Amino acid sequence: MPELDAGQALRLLGTMWRIRLFEEQVGALARSGEVPGLVHLSIGQEGVAAAVCSQLRADDAVYSGHRAHGHAIAKGAPLDRLMAELMGRDTGLCRGLGGSMHVVDVEHGFMGATGVVGGTVPIALGSALASRLRGDDSVAVVFFGDGAVQAGHFNETVNLATLWQLPLLLVCENNGFAEFTPRSAHTNVERVSDVVAPYEVERDTVDGNDVVAVFDAFGRFLASARAGGGPFLLECLTRRLRGHYEGDATKYERASAENDPIERLRSRFEADEADAVRVQAEAEIEQAVRFALESPFPPAALLEDMVYADA
Amino acid sequence: MAHELPFIAAIDEAIRLEMERDDTVLYFGQNMATTENEPYVDAFGSDRVRVTPISETAEIGMAIGAALTGYRPVVELYMAEFMLVAMDQVINEAPRFRAMSGGQVKVPVVLKAGFGFTAGWAGQHTGTIGALFMGVPGLKVAMPSTAADAKGLMATAIRDDNPVVYLHHYLLTLEHGEVPDGEYLVPFGQAAIRRDGSDVTIVATGWTVDRALGAAETLAAEGIQAEVIDPRTISPLDTDTILESVAKTGRLVLVDQSTRHASVSTVIAGDVAEHGFSSLKAPIVQVTALDATIPYSEPLEAWVMPNEDKIVTAVQQVVGSAPVTA
Repeated sequence: MPELDAGQALRLLGTMWRIRLFEEQVGALARSGEVPGLVHLSIGQEGVAAAVCSQLRADDAVYSGHRAHGHAIAKGAPLDRLMAELMGRDTGLCRGLGGSMHVVDVEHGFMGATGVVGGTVPIALGSALASRLRGDDSVAVVFFGDGAVQAGHFNETVNLATLWQLPLLLVCENNGFAEFTPRSAHTNVERVSDVVAPYEVERDTVDGNDVVAVFDAFGRFLASARAGGGPFLLECLTRRLRGHYEGDATKYERASAENDPIERLRSRFEADEADAVRVQAEAEIEQAVRFALESPFPPAALLEDMVYADA
Repeated sequence: MAHELPFIAAIDEAIRLEMERDDTVLYFGQNMATTENEPYVDAFGSDRVRVTPISETAEIGMAIGAALTGYRPVVELYMAEFMLVAMDQVINEAPRFRAMSGGQVKVPVVLKAGFGFTAGWAGQHTGTIGALFMGVPGLKVAMPSTAADAKGLMATAIRDDNPVVYLHHYLLTLEHGEVPDGEYLVPFGQAAIRRDGSDVTIVATGWTVDRALGAAETLAAEGIQAEVIDPRTISPLDTDTILESVAKTGRLVLVDQSTRHASVSTVIAGDVAEHGFSSLKAPIVQVTALDATIPYSEPLEAWVMPNEDKIVTAVQQVVGSAPVTA
């Protein structure tokens, strides 16, 4: 089991800052119209993305849902090409054709995200099966919210992953809200880890805003998955500090910044050491915005090549 | 060299040959180990041939994920309607991944299903629903009408780098036909002209191709020569071959077992009206299933379905030898 050393902790802080500042910038650009469409920010939940993805390799397939920027960044997606994607530019990771809800970065093993809640959960199962068939020690990881758990495909996936003992790591960011509605209005089962209990999935529920706790729990599961075990479910209790989407009036919830994962990890470092990480992230994001704004939009001719792949 | 096989065995032959040829071809389905599919498990092992629970969303989603990360799964769905349980995966995920990723990934998945079992199987096992999929960019849809094409289109489907909905008509299951030996590929997007004719073009798919050929024989006795075209894949659709034929005959009858407003024929009618209008000597006539849920009761089931008589009447109408009905 990996122990989090000071260098790793500082890197996690840096990842969280990169996600936080990137998304704050995206929020501003959404308001000014540079980023079109529907944008879901993960501000407040960065600890999960950072702690999980920092332990993964490029050959581990990661999937996510509609709130995916943080997962892509933590898995290694370059900020400039991600920002260009969100602005619909030709230099974007997906050449501007996917946008906020559909980021893919194959080079870094970020295999996809979906705008349909839970849609990538069974797809991650397929990548876990592929890992098993290849016979290497790669794994598949899927991030989803507590809202996805009430959908049928979640149970179908858990059933098959356990039946076939596939190296699938199910990471639930339980922020207590499915879109605009509290969990209590959708289900009587408070803990997602209890939902999978009958399948005897190895599982844990941790404070998702405690980066060290997430890092340790996930690291334990990951080591087992690499050694042939699986599946695993890690429920991370966290909190969205923004609405469901940018522009959401959030009348249903009063977010609190008391349990901010960045603040909690930052307290482990000297102020100037922590600030240096933040400043570095700021500079990178400034450059990313410049890169994106200067990039052209994709040509219409591009679409012809996108309908079908050549055999 | 060729050999004779039932339609369904021709499909199996293609899957078996492709699984022998390429280790990345997988086969998923609900009853794989306890039915006529058992030989697949014996031949290729339970790693590659997976017995799944009745979980269409997970089956198809898993196929997509395996395809995204290096494999070529074939999913046996048995009934086309069972795919409807998993429409998010079929329509939102499989065909959109490549486009939404800017071309970074491909999804070589085959979704195999039978359709159109109008033999008293009632409202949920009889649908001809291929047209629902043909309008989804990124999906390909194959619909063979002969045993040879059943083999050749399946082999092509498995080698294709895109998601393919492979629909085989259940009423053709035990129809025998000559099937080429060994490797045999039928290209997608190339219609077959099943019968040459100069007076009228009939386009038909799946089980209705033989009905159209039967009607053409009846019409030949009346001196009307019908050309019969089988698109073989409805997406991509070989509109060129249809337009060339219409340019020659000037008349078009479209036959489709789908209900009218979700039919291949309506799409073809639109294309020909737009691009072949000047060739037409008479309005296009469509012979489809009626816009009704297929009834269980046998006489009513026959009543909603296209048949040879309806095709003959439609052709007589467009060539002017029968009065136009309102």
